[in-house]
Amino acid sequence: MKVITVSINGAARQLPDSTDVATLIEEMGLTGKRIALERNGEIVPRSTFATQQLADGDRLEVVVAVGGG
Amino acid sequence: MNDKLIIAGKSYNSRLLVGTGKYKDFTETKAAVEASGAEIITIAIRRSNIGQSPNEPSLLEILPPSKYTLLPNTAGCYSAEDAVRTLRLARELLDGHSLVKLEVLGDPQSLYPNVIETIAAAKTLVADGFQVMVYTSDDPIVAKQLEDIGCVAIMPLASLIGSGMGILNPWNLQLIMERVQVPVIVDAGVGTASDAAIAMELGCAGVLMNTAIAGAQQPVLMASAMKQAVEAGRSAFLAGRMPKKLYSASPSSPTVGIIGSTRS
Repeated sequence: MKVITVSINGAARQLPDSTDVATLIEEMGLTGKRIALERNGEIVPRSTFATQQLADGDRLEVVVAVGGG
Repeated sequence: MNDKLIIAGKSYNSRLLVGTGKYKDFTETKAAVEASGAEIITIAIRRSNIGQSPNEPSLLEILPPSKYTLLPNTAGCYSAEDAVRTLRLARELLDGHSLVKLEVLGDPQSLYPNVIETIAAAKTLVADGFQVMVYTSDDPIVAKQLEDIGCVAIMPLASLIGSGMGILNPWNLQLIMERVQVPVIVDAGVGTASDAAIAMELGCAGVLMNTAIAGAQQPVLMASAMKQAVEAGRSAFLAGRMPKKLYSASPSSPTVGIIGSTRS
């Protein structure tokens, strides 16, 4: 099985080739949570998570709301 | 009295805006926010903690967007690009919500704003449809430029973030208020209730604070004090204070009808 390496919040992670965003979010335990995701500097709308396949070298930022001033 | 704070066409009863950082837990955060009476509360956008328990409540469950106007901010960003990316993530996170707080810092020691990056980010965000409330220095020329770009509120510092030093330059705040039509909201530097009252007496449209409440010995009590201070300061501003003078030839009691002296 081919493996791709992506960066998630700054940490490298290996995933099976053709993993989609929705699967990754599920693995992270974040399905249904209020999150937002950026892929290579571009927003990935939640409605497209299931149709976006990750590629080797992708840089992802997954964020939540926290307390702040 | 119909005295609303109007930002980007929406009206608010409270002129106190509060942050949600630095509290010991969500229970204290919620209690302090409720005691403050604030309707607009700032939140931060941060990387999801991959090791975090999925069952932990999130801030948005404690302070739901249905009850509060959430103001995502860009605190911690040191470039226009990072600030813009952060707020685009926030807009996606909050289902298209466009009211945001822009804050681009210049250095991690003073947390002084970098107005050059702030102006660049403001241009991009306004063009992208955001309603930008902007944290900035108390430079009246920069404040006017930010208004001209299309920011919906100008939020100058009173003193440095988290310093609690109070209002160090009321004259610059007045210069800003004379030049800017959109609400001017003091953001940062308030230390205690009198600082908030002074900001409001100067004519500021509101005050935004976090550390002054969260850093108090009793945050919930201080939140209540700040609510009263902002209301008192606003009323005093609207009432119009008496002029200051070194002494008065006009005592408060009648100058006639005083009983006669027994000495002559």
